[in-house]
Order: sequence, then structure tokens, then C-alpha cells
Amino acid sequence: MRLKNNLAEALRHKDILLMTHIVLGYPSFEANREVVAQMVESGVDLIEMQIPFSEPMADGPVIIKANQDSLARGTKVRQCLEFAAEMIATHAIPFLFMTYYNILFKYGEEEFFADAAAIGIQGFIIPDLPPEEGGAFLERAKKYDIAPILIFAPTSTDERMRVLAAAADGFIYCVARRGVTGSQTSFDEAFYQYIARCRECAGLPLAVGFGICDRQDVDAIRGRAEIAVIGSEMIRLVDEKGASAVGPFISGLR
Amino acid sequence: MPNKIGYYGEWGGAFIPEVLHETFREFNQAFGAVRHDPTFWAEYCDLMSTYSCRPTPLTHAENMSKKLGGAQIFIKREDLNHTGAHKANNVMGQGLLVRRMGKKRVIAETGAGQHGVATATMAAKFGFACTIYMGEEDVNRQRPNVFWMEKLGAEVVPVTSGSKTLKDAINAAFRDWVTNMDSTHYVMGTVCGPHPFPELVAWFQSIIGIEARKQIVTQFGKAPSRVYACVGGGSNAMGIFQGFLDQPAVELVGVEAGGDGLTTGRHAARLAATDASAGVAQGYKTMFLQDSDGQMQDTHSVAAGLDYVGVSPILVDLWQQGRVRFEAATDREVMAALDETVKNEGIIPALESSHAFVQAYKEAGQLKPDEAIIINMSGRGDKDIFTIANAFQDPSWKRFIIEKGKEYAAQK
Ligand SMILES: Cc1ncc(COP(=O)(O)O)c(C=O)c1O
Repeated sequence: MRLKNNLAEALRHKDILLMTHIVLGYPSFEANREVVAQMVESGVDLIEMQIPFSEPMADGPVIIKANQDSLARGTKVRQCLEFAAEMIATHAIPFLFMTYYNILFKYGEEEFFADAAAIGIQGFIIPDLPPEEGGAFLERAKKYDIAPILIFAPTSTDERMRVLAAAADGFIYCVARRGVTGSQTSFDEAFYQYIARCRECAGLPLAVGFGICDRQDVDAIRGRAEIAVIGSEMIRLVDEKGASAVGPFISGLR
Repeated sequence: MPNKIGYYGEWGGAFIPEVLHETFREFNQAFGAVRHDPTFWAEYCDLMSTYSCRPTPLTHAENMSKKLGGAQIFIKREDLNHTGAHKANNVMGQGLLVRRMGKKRVIAETGAGQHGVATATMAAKFGFACTIYMGEEDVNRQRPNVFWMEKLGAEVVPVTSGSKTLKDAINAAFRDWVTNMDSTHYVMGTVCGPHPFPELVAWFQSIIGIEARKQIVTQFGKAPSRVYACVGGGSNAMGIFQGFLDQPAVELVGVEAGGDGLTTGRHAARLAATDASAGVAQGYKTMFLQDSDGQMQDTHSVAAGLDYVGVSPILVDLWQQGRVRFEAATDREVMAALDETVKNEGIIPALESSHAFVQAYKEAGQLKPDEAIIINMSGRGDKDIFTIANAFQDPSWKRFIIEKGKEYAAQK
């Protein structure tokens, strides 16, 4: 409930929230630190921090490379938790973890929830854990008040969306199109119809992600969903222009 | 076989991204329908006996049996399947299923290239478009198979992420599928991945065991004492083991890739060594070779088809129950067993299959001449000519390659 309440509070002042994505340890924790500071200063409302995994099945080339490079530099899950603790202590916005299920499974699901809750993480996005496999996960999410953020896809039927919405908390992550992260999305009539379906089936705020790169994309979402997610584009920007380009980029988005 | 849907003991499941939920619902439905339709299995057997060479023979390896002085060694000849390996059994079955589902494109991962060649062959026969994902490292060590896949009309995409081997090819195939699921079926090559793949692939491969069980009784008069199969993902092993699962006196032995040796860290033995632990990746729960954070580790084997971090959830369950014993064969032992089989029997096993031969040869002498053992020869070794010639440091082959290289260079 905490994340949902925090988002409701933020939405009293803004008509669209921005959620950005970073891959922990890529290009380095020092760079992550600067990028997060710029994001927060320029008004980002929440940040998903991806704990790198060697098999990022739902990600596209940009994020795959970031995962791989981070691991090649020796990034460990413990360091990710320490870094997250520091970010949460420093910045007042909600932070989430995005990762794949094996990271939690190997750490010990209960321990991972306990440790994440202790540092103040507000939500988990685990793209390879459908609710059918996540019974214990969903129980623990309640117990620790860490929102289990579930995903809608354009291929989800209305019936399926209702099942997911009943198990989710915080917000719904609506994947804007088929495919993996990182390529273009066209925000057309079919997309608007899909988002309208998401709205009808879920009582939670909607976040839209996959392929959002500029102000025009954010405008396409404004009024239809509550949160615009900028993922691969953030990584591409830091790769090409460095961490200092993040602030001006975010400021230009809304 | 599964208890909780898609589970074998605590192993298996379907850890799939939401975007594939509907695709899997339809896939499960289509599989359920054919599974209960006897005309489908008849259609499958007919295809396998007219387009491939089923039933494949069971060959008595008389010379090796004499030489080792123990059990009578029988070889189940999956090498005589069309395209040269057991992979065709699974692929042709999935091809028939794809046709019923009305999809027009197939994709697949491949390690050794055998599954890729089989899929490209099936696609050519059934008129499907075909894309094969193959780790860059495997593209380099299995060049002849890449050549044939392309000739068969498939697009071969070298995968450059991760360790550039089989697991990375699986990730790449999934990424294609989440984009193109409406037109495309993913032909998973082994008894791994999310449910229903393990069950589906095991079903098609069961044809090996059904035949072998009858053949050994006809040719030898009784059931074998032991059955040996190499284990990459586990499809050829599950195929033959299913013929004997209900006969507790038949010992089932899975042989994994020992690489440079189990203590070197350079191997792909999930169950025969103690390095693997439970994990969830590539859509299913099994024993993975991973570090303490859950990051998958690099594996090593001379045989591309065994060079994989995970293993069938069905086999892990059978291993936990004590029904299947696991052993490992090193690269060096594999080359020796291969050489011996070629010289004594005139049969060229694939590097993958040679792992099963290693363990069978080690144990044959412990048994009596009135006992039989079966080795599942999952495929033929011709595809491995570059790797094998290189491992033997064959001088005339080297000369040939150098001359060919000069010839091509001069043409440029
Ligand atoms: C000839 C041969 N045998 C065995 C294997 C290993 O696969 P599985 O364990 O699924 O039989 C392969 C895989 O490529 C193969 O080509």
C-alpha cells in the first residue's frame, strides 16, 4: 500500500509521473550515483534499479549489454543492496528493484524480501515470475509491504488482466508493445485501445514502458496513464553523452 | 507424469513473461488435443518411417563386446535417423503440431547444430519460414551444420551475447518469440524450458525407448541390465529411458560432459559433479551451473551439444528418486572412446554420443556375457569432422585445409 499511497500523493501535483531505469553497476556504481542524483534533481518521480542477471531474457540489446558489462566488472547482489540503501537514504522518492527471479531465488526469497524491506525498497518488478509461479512471492510482498508490480502486455486478454490486477499492488506496468526492451514503439490507435482496456481491467495506476524516448512519447501517454517509463533510452543517453546529460534530458520530457 | 502442472517433483514449471501467457495457453491446448488424438501419433510414426528411417536399428557391437569381455553391447542407432541424430524425432513431431496450429514460421536454438539442421529440414519439408539462433562459438566449431542450415533455406543468426553458446541461443530465440508469437512457433530442441516443452519433447523422443525395448527382447531375449545415454538437455536420454522406466532392474545411466575434469571447473556436469545448485532461468526450475549470486557460469565441453548450464527437470527428479545414475566423461576419454568405436565397429558416433560410450566401456567388464547393455548413439560424428580432426591433430587433414585455404585465397 505504501507505494500506491506515495504515487497518489505525487499525482496530486503532476499529471504524469516519470519512472527511470538504471542497471546497477553499469557503467559503474559511481556513475549510477551521479545519474540518480541528476534524475532526482530534475524531477524523476520513481526509479527502478535493475540488479544485473546473466540471462536477461526479456531485455533487448542495450540492457543486455549493460547487464553483461556490469557482471563482467564483478557486480554482486550484496553491492546492489548496499547501493540501493544509500540511494534510499539520500533521496526522498520511491525506489524499486527490477530483476529476474533467480536473483531472489538464490539469495533466498524470504531473506531478499526482509533485506529489501529493511532498506526501504517499495516495489519489485520480476518479469519472469508470473503469479502462477509466485504464490509465496505474493504472500511475502504483502507481509513486507513491497509492491509486487505485475505486467500487462498487448497480448493479455481482459480476463487475464483482471487476474493480474487482483494480485498486483502499487501500479501496473503496461508493456507498450510486443518484443523486448529498447526498440521503437508507435503510439497509435491500437495502443490507445490497449491502454483503455488496461484502465478498465485494473484499479491501480498505469505505467507505460518500452520504447519511450522523448517528449512526444510522454505526451502520447499523458492523460491515458499515470507513469511514463524511460528505460533503454536512459542507458543509451549515458553511454553516448555521459551522466551529465541526464538532467537536461529529463527536464525536457514534460 | 507431472504433479503440480508442469512440475516433476519440485522441478520444472513455466517462468514465462506475461507477453507469452496467451501463446502458452494456446500451445498447451494444441498439445493437449494431439496428445489425446490417436491419429496424431499414427501420423507421426508414419512420417518417421517414410521420411526418416524409423525404426532405427539396434546393432550388436560384437567386437567391442568381445574386447571388453563383459556384457553384450548393443547400440541404438539414432545416427541413422534423417539428418543424423535423434533431434529429428522431436522436430518432426513439433512440425506436425505447428501445422495443426496453423503457424507459418519456426525458430529454434541450436548448440551442435543438429537440432538446427533438423528444424531447417522440417521447415523446408513443411514450407515454413525458419530462423535458427546459434551461439557464435558454436557457429565456429560446427561450420558444416551452419552450411547445411543455410542451404536448407534457414536464416542462421550467430548470437554474440553472454557466453555465446547454447543458453544464449535459447535467450535469443525467446526474444524473437516474444516479438513474433502470432506467426511463429519456437521449436525447443530438448526436454528443458518452460512447461509444456519438457513433456512435449519427451513424448516425441519416447519413440526411441518404445523401439529399443522391443528390439532388445527380440534380438537378445531379455531386457538389458543397463542403458547409457549422454545428457545435454536430456532429450535423447529421456527418449530411451522412457522405454525402461517401469522395469526397476534396468539401470539407467546419464553421462554428462566432464570437459577438462570435474575438479577443474571447466565442465558441464550438472548432476555428476557437486557444482550445480537449484535455480530458475530460461523459463524453468532445475539444477544450474551458477555462482552464489545466481549468475550462470561458463561451461565447457568438446561437444557443443552438451555444453549447457541446465538440465531437464524430468531427469533431475528421476536423479533425486535414485532412478537415474549420473556420471561424467572427460573430453580426453571421449576422444579415446570415439577412436575405439570407429576402429572396432566401423561406426562414427557424434562427440556428444561418445560420452555414453565412455561410461558403457568403463562398466561393460563388470557385467557377465549373458547380460546386455544398450548405448543410445544419439547422432553420427560426421558433423564433428573439424573438431575431431583437430583433436587428433590429423596431419593429412591439416594439409588439406591449408591447401584449400590457399586455393580460396587465390580466388579473391
Ligand atoms: C548428437 C547429439 N547428441 C546429444 C545432444 C544433446 O542433447 P540432448 O541431451 O537433449 O539429447 C545433441 C545436442 O545438440 C546432439 O546433437
